[in-house]
Amino acid sequence: MITIPERQSQLLAALYIAQEEHGWLSPEAIRWVSDRLGMSPGQVLSTASFYSMMKLEPCGVYLIQVCEGLSCYLLGGAEPLINYLSRELGVKPGETSSDGLFTLEVVQCLAACGSAPALRVNDELYENITLEEIDRLISRMRSGDL
Amino acid sequence: MVSESTDLMYDFPPILTRNVHRRGSERIQVYLDHGGYLAARKALRMGSDQIIDQVKCSRLRGRGGAGFPTGVKWGYMPRESGTPKIIAVNTDEGEPGTFKDREIVERDPHQVIEGVLIAAYAVGANRAYVYIRGEFFLGVKRWIKAIADAYEYGFLGENIQGSGFDLDISVHRGAGAYICGEETAMLESLEGKPGMPRMKPPYPTSEGLFGLPTLVQNIETLACIPHIILNGPDWFTGIGTEQSTGPKIFSVSGHVRKPGNYELPLGVPLREIIEYHAGGVPGGRQIKAVIPGGASTPMLPAEALDVRMSFEDLAAAGSALGTGGVIVMDESVCLVEVTRRMSKFFAHESCGRCTPCRIGSQRIFEILERMENGKGKAGDIELLTKLVEGIDGHTFCPMGAGLVNPVRSALKYFYSEFEHHITHKKCLTPQIAMV
Repeated sequence: MITIPERQSQLLAALYIAQEEHGWLSPEAIRWVSDRLGMSPGQVLSTASFYSMMKLEPCGVYLIQVCEGLSCYLLGGAEPLINYLSRELGVKPGETSSDGLFTLEVVQCLAACGSAPALRVNDELYENITLEEIDRLISRMRSGDL
Repeated sequence: MVSESTDLMYDFPPILTRNVHRRGSERIQVYLDHGGYLAARKALRMGSDQIIDQVKCSRLRGRGGAGFPTGVKWGYMPRESGTPKIIAVNTDEGEPGTFKDREIVERDPHQVIEGVLIAAYAVGANRAYVYIRGEFFLGVKRWIKAIADAYEYGFLGENIQGSGFDLDISVHRGAGAYICGEETAMLESLEGKPGMPRMKPPYPTSEGLFGLPTLVQNIETLACIPHIILNGPDWFTGIGTEQSTGPKIFSVSGHVRKPGNYELPLGVPLREIIEYHAGGVPGGRQIKAVIPGGASTPMLPAEALDVRMSFEDLAAAGSALGTGGVIVMDESVCLVEVTRRMSKFFAHESCGRCTPCRIGSQRIFEILERMENGKGKAGDIELLTKLVEGIDGHTFCPMGAGLVNPVRSALKYFYSEFEHHITHKKCLTPQIAMV
């Protein structure tokens, strides 16, 4: 009887756990995963580095992802929101603020085109976003209330 | 204005989305209270041949983009029971302009589980993998809870409803790669590898996940299955057109008053979706272009709005049904900018496996970027055309065509805008301030 190699299909799940535990996929985190799944660190890193949600660098407490997709752009999203956040937080897209609080990322479609423009803070989706809404989010993040 | 036609489908009663507005629609008890799992109970008393036959007779075609006949695909699964067989459920919705799967999985996951159960029983698969887009945090939670409840109520696990049939399902999160919506890339990702597409053939039905026969289906396709079993294939073919049967969820976004998901019969005129259901374009502005089936389908000009949203009608109009993600653009948009933005998406999401897609998408993006910034050069349009021809048909997977379609169709219908950008170093489109 052929058995299904279930362990291998748990790699992304294990990487998510390691990322949550360690904050990012540090070399130690990669080794932790490879030890547990019986894969080589190279194999684990090869997979991890392919996926944009796998963080191979330290990430801010708040990961802010702004959609630059077509539907968000058409409704005034994308660059205006990205530039505003960048100015207010003092970080360029792809960077983390020096206090380690914010990472700003520009992402592709979040499947929220029907409620565009959209952005995401950690695991929460914010839809029909406005600059006023962004101001409120920033002050909540600054006071640790999000 | 909506034309006075006798076949408007204004009051189509929802089938796939009939539960989504109910309070607690994601819960198993709510699903059961509204006829949930009756189709599964019925199917488990039928022969697998009979089920496959009914799905074939329904002429259901896959809702993930390719439109392959579902029953035919089920028939490709090997009959012998010696090797394990697998169902892989594609919830990796990433096609820009599409947000129907997110609604189904967040608001009616049991409808999909019921479809998976029927499909698994029909093809003799005892193991199902759900692959869900990594960004769907709520969807992941809802899937996990729904699956746990389905086990508790005896719709998953061993000896389901006393039928002697066993099925196990697990949920796997993707991690931010558009390409994993392509079926073989999704299988690679489920195997813990980078999500790069495989050469086909072999097709997944003969060699899929871990080399085992695998039936890959989009969740909207699976959501149709319980209704076909319960109401019969004749009922299903009574909805839609001859070659495009059944209901379809259209995601409408962009310049419309009421963006959202609208479930309508296949074959509904595009104009009806935009002007009636989605409330038309705000501010008295005119439509300039529409993408009918998600970012990778060719755009259509305003003159083509009377096209029917079916596989065959859209193909005849030079586009495709794709995922049914309708993106509406009014007269304020610059098509050079739209195309630049889309090429950036495809350049970013190229998995890098094959050169035409990896390099071609990047070059196309660079050319469009310089055109948009008023630095376009004479010969750039010819170069774009050449690159498009070089990519089309020469890539490993359909994603190459995904980039070719928007660029080629934009050049076809809005050539003067590209020309203007090069000769006048600015937009032909007067910029209209957006809200």
